[in-house]
Amino acid sequence: MPVPGRGVWFVRMVLAVVASTVLLAACGGAPAPEDRTLTLYNAQHEGLGRLWVDEFTRQTGIPVQIRDGGDFELGNQIVAEGAASPADVFLTENSPAMSLVSGANLLAPADGATRGLVPPQYASTRGDWVGIAARTTVVVHNPALVPEDQLPDSILDFARPEWQGRVAFPPGGADFQAIVSAVNALNGDAATQQWLAGLKANGRIYQSNTATMQAVNRGEVPAGIIYHYYWYQDRAEAGANSANTELKFYTNGDAGGFLSVSGGAVLASSSHPAEAQQLLAFLAGVPGQEVLARSENLEYTVGAGVPANPALKPFSELRPPPVDLSTLNGPKVVGMMQQAGLL
Amino acid sequence: MTAAAPLRVAVASVAALLALVPVGYVVAAAIAVGPAGVAELVWRPRVGELLINTTVLVLATSSACVLLGTATAWITERTDLPGAPVWGALFAAPLAVPAFVNSYAWVSVLPGADGFVGALVVTTMSYFPFVHLPVAAVLRGLDRDQEDVARALGLSARAAARRVVLPALRPAIVGGALLVGLHLLAEFGALALLRYPTFTTAIYDQFQSTFAGPAAAMLASVLVVLCLLLLTADVALAGRARQARVGGGAARRRARTPLGARRVPALLAVGLLVVAALGVPLGSVVRWMVTGSSTTVDAAALATATATSIGLGLLAAAVTTALTLPVAWLAVRRPGRFSRLLERTTHLGNALPGIVVALALVIVAIRVVPGLYQTTPLLVTAYAILFMPLALVNLRAALLRTPPELEEVAHGLGSRPGAVLARVTVPLLARGAGAAAALVFLAVSTELTATLLLAPTGTATLATEFWGPAVAVSYGAAAPYALTMILISVPAAFLLTRQVHAGTRP
Repeated sequence: MPVPGRGVWFVRMVLAVVASTVLLAACGGAPAPEDRTLTLYNAQHEGLGRLWVDEFTRQTGIPVQIRDGGDFELGNQIVAEGAASPADVFLTENSPAMSLVSGANLLAPADGATRGLVPPQYASTRGDWVGIAARTTVVVHNPALVPEDQLPDSILDFARPEWQGRVAFPPGGADFQAIVSAVNALNGDAATQQWLAGLKANGRIYQSNTATMQAVNRGEVPAGIIYHYYWYQDRAEAGANSANTELKFYTNGDAGGFLSVSGGAVLASSSHPAEAQQLLAFLAGVPGQEVLARSENLEYTVGAGVPANPALKPFSELRPPPVDLSTLNGPKVVGMMQQAGLL
Repeated sequence: MTAAAPLRVAVASVAALLALVPVGYVVAAAIAVGPAGVAELVWRPRVGELLINTTVLVLATSSACVLLGTATAWITERTDLPGAPVWGALFAAPLAVPAFVNSYAWVSVLPGADGFVGALVVTTMSYFPFVHLPVAAVLRGLDRDQEDVARALGLSARAAARRVVLPALRPAIVGGALLVGLHLLAEFGALALLRYPTFTTAIYDQFQSTFAGPAAAMLASVLVVLCLLLLTADVALAGRARQARVGGGAARRRARTPLGARRVPALLAVGLLVVAALGVPLGSVVRWMVTGSSTTVDAAALATATATSIGLGLLAAAVTTALTLPVAWLAVRRPGRFSRLLERTTHLGNALPGIVVALALVIVAIRVVPGLYQTTPLLVTAYAILFMPLALVNLRAALLRTPPELEEVAHGLGSRPGAVLARVTVPLLARGAGAAAALVFLAVSTELTATLLLAPTGTATLATEFWGPAVAVSYGAAAPYALTMILISVPAAFLLTRQVHAGTRP
């Protein structure tokens, strides 16, 4: 027979656990007043986010805790949280999610000095977010399957029947959705919806940029639409997923050369606005941009005149199409992609 | 009889209400979107595509699991296959490999193993033990004199098997197939890596693109309906024929069917199956550990993630068991309409994929209880909703084995209800409660979907740390986390095996 004491012990343990859970709940939400830890909602790559934050904390002593996620996941999350958002600073990989939060009037104006660090075409016209990095659209292709001169002059042509089963892309992520928003801004609604329908019919869908590139590298599919830096990252490492591939840059004004800008912003509801502005100034300024240029991330620098990593095709040679970032409409594009059955 | 204990009724009601939150969210979202919005979001080609994908996979994989699981059960329980008990254990072992780890193992070795065929193979390898285990247990417990009687009455061996053995196996096969189906409907990680879109993966894509928007909620509503349909189909398929009989008697030990010339092909077949179900995942994970270019075992990060997973698992196990105990107690000791309603409602978690529960809790937390938003208690609540059924089944069985007279005697001797619970009921239940808590612990320690959405800022678990690199195709970096999850899951597989065997003993 069991010893009666054991049962009492079990009940006490359960009570203790429940009590500590309630306590945790009580403490979890409210930081002590002297605590100036910033909460960063980071849609940029985890690794880059960590590098930035570590250097910032080293220089300023301000601790930062990070919540990672996708552009629209975190952007819509901030909108849903509203003024109660625990976030102080928000970083995206692409500007549409930033415009979404800006449109909900949840961003604080960036400090004037910070705005002065970034060329105006890479920042919000409302002055509530600034560019912190940039990436260009490319077509990654497997020359053994399709030489560069057989690639179309416009990525819109991938919707044509001859590309049936021959083009790869990652529609689930914010990266590709930003590219679609550029196609929409440059070519209009009808052409975009038609393009999406064509891609739905022709394309092979992958989970991420890297998975898309890897499929092209293996020869599963001849070409894919991605951003440049995944390829450079892989080449810089060992080329395991890119050795059989090359990049085509679109310098003819086509949406295939769209330059997407990663944004940084301070939340209007931030409980540490001064420290949050300090972090944004760090990111757009020389220290943050140098962290980016030195890192293995290989996105382009946009702020404070810091040159990009020399391994990249020079920024001045990109010649992207003229896209007004403030016109890029994320929710509309997601709706169009839902209509096309890509989401 | 003691009076109804108000505390137990209160806790049981809380448990049942929690299980209703996700369903309430889906219904509320549908009302908020309005009929026109619902039609627009649900009645579109993409949903049709997902419906076909999901249904085809559920049908194909459950059929494959039924065939494979029944065959492995028969060959290990009824034939003279050399080393049958060892093979039996090996066929239960795939339960120790979480499906998304198995999928990662296959995709990283055979990148072309994706789409429908890949999904069918990988999920079948992960889930056939759900059929093998119960069928093997029934075969072992079945009194073979019934077959002999059938033969003596003039039936051929085949006909006797069809008319005596198969009906006895039916509940086990249907139950196993249902479990496979529910797991498939909820599966996110494995199918996302295999590029096979189903409702669950599509809801996650929607979550990434719109957070908890109406499109995600509408897909979730279709998924919940599918789950409920599956549960209803189970009731219809399990059959009502009486399987019990009076007096177990002493079953005679029987010679096993000799395989004869088929012994070698049979050994090859079971060997091949073990290679596919166990060899590929273990080999692949070890290979990435050793050769992966991105393998840098960050010991500190791995230790933190392991500790977090174990801590969350312990917390969730205690909370879930504590919430479920009163439900089980009322169902067994105070049967009635109210108790049955509470019990059934608590079982809803069985039919709710992690992603639906997580979406519901995110929205409820933001709108109703902002203090809980992004906290450990909210995450633990999600785990409780998801895994209360797991605990309930065990606690219920344990209570049924405990004579109520012992509680009544303690009460008669003057103990108050709380003291009776603490000093009599709980100690008698210790083993059942332990098994329940252990199963919840192990399910939580490898949970992916709800954890991705609900974990507090800065919280990293084994599953989430594995998932990031696995999606980014940094297979080596994911390997240490995959291996740790397999190691943690070994006791779960063992417990499940024991539970199935104990539950069907004659």
